[in-house]
Amino acid sequence: MDLYDKDVVSIRDFTRDEIESILDLSQEMVPYALGEKTDRKLDGRILGNLFFEPSTRTKLSFESAAYRLGCDVIDVSEMSMTSISKGETLADTIKMVDAYCDLIVLRHPYEGAARLAAKFSENPVINAGDGAGSHPTQTLLDLFTMREAKGTLEGLNIVLVGDLKYGRTVHSLADALTMFGAKLTLVAPDSLQMPDDIVSHLESNGCHPRKTSVIDDVIDQADVLYVTRIQRERFPDPAEYNKVAGTYRIDNAMLREAKSDMIVMHPLPRVGEIAPEVDGTRHARYFKQAFNGVPVRMALLCAILGGGRS
Amino acid sequence: MNTQVKEVKLAPIRNGTVIDHIASGQALNVMKILGVNENNIDSSISIGIHVSSGKAMEWKDVVKIEDRELDSKTVDKIALIAPDATISIIRDFYVAEKFQVKLDDRVIGLARCSNPNCITNRGEPVDPEFCVIGRHPPVLRCCYCDRILTNISDNLL
Repeated sequence: MDLYDKDVVSIRDFTRDEIESILDLSQEMVPYALGEKTDRKLDGRILGNLFFEPSTRTKLSFESAAYRLGCDVIDVSEMSMTSISKGETLADTIKMVDAYCDLIVLRHPYEGAARLAAKFSENPVINAGDGAGSHPTQTLLDLFTMREAKGTLEGLNIVLVGDLKYGRTVHSLADALTMFGAKLTLVAPDSLQMPDDIVSHLESNGCHPRKTSVIDDVIDQADVLYVTRIQRERFPDPAEYNKVAGTYRIDNAMLREAKSDMIVMHPLPRVGEIAPEVDGTRHARYFKQAFNGVPVRMALLCAILGGGRS
Repeated sequence: MNTQVKEVKLAPIRNGTVIDHIASGQALNVMKILGVNENNIDSSISIGIHVSSGKAMEWKDVVKIEDRELDSKTVDKIALIAPDATISIIRDFYVAEKFQVKLDDRVIGLARCSNPNCITNRGEPVDPEFCVIGRHPPVLRCCYCDRILTNISDNLL
């Protein structure tokens, strides 16, 4: 794997071997992410964390990953605090920030923003979510979490539940899982099913996902139940949101039908999709999943900035 | 036999351009590309819609525009909606030049992305750019937001 100085815009930019190498390096990073070992191999480097949309986990885990490696962080957390609110283009903002740091991490409300940033930045750019588009680092930590729990990604039965239309994490994740021969089931109300162009892309790669709107029909076959929030902020029409909000709720009664080693994942934040009573069960994996953002992002920072081990 | 019938249906032109082998039903979109909707055409245009081809394409459309030769950008746009079209430049009733339109692997600055949330629709200093992932009919994927461009003819620049 040679990610040195490369952009991370879409999971489609990676091969299966490259993904596995990143996951291997992420595994090596776990004791450093936990603070059990220390490593300052990125001492003197600066990460530019540009978050033009709200974020808790992604932003904090990038910061944590950087600090664990001795890398400094400069950041922007609100569009209203920048010259973008004065009408500056993203292209100009990126060219300016590029001069202040060694690597840019960008979250932005418009799809394709990271690709545009990569075009205008001399330094590498990591996409931390662009609108309803891609979120490749979330995908990597999701894969890491599944592999950690199951030992392999090959042939797993993965059930994706919730907002499969606007939820960017599931688009990137479905793409990646296809590379590993996973069997996908898509559970969503018709109005929130996976977009046709993404399903076509999955099919062109040999994956033929099953679609349903009834979770009870498929939960007993799942190895992984990946639940997503129905995102109010992605709906152009609030009335449409109200029609589908609260469609799925995972609770202990529902999990009685599940395999004993089935894991429940969620990119968080959750808003009622998973009952708090599930947190204490052997199925719950979402907080571990959130932690895994740190070792995975440490691996990426190391590989891109030249501190990688492989 | 079919060819003879076709020649009778659309009168020859002295000077100008014949756009032939347009996919049936696309002639009006070709007219849009030529700028007819903008009412700034000073020459005569003849259209043949649903004309028998006699070749593999059973039906086709034909457009003849007098006293105008098309620039490369216009030809490239025609390739997006009629990838099998041929362009004949007519000078004094003779075919001075004939070629088939060509759809490159990348399409830059000819169409806008149909995704309103694509960054290329937000006033950034970039031309919309697409990868050609299908050719018959053309299928374009935005290089920025990865969405498939729906309804190419409605999104031509």
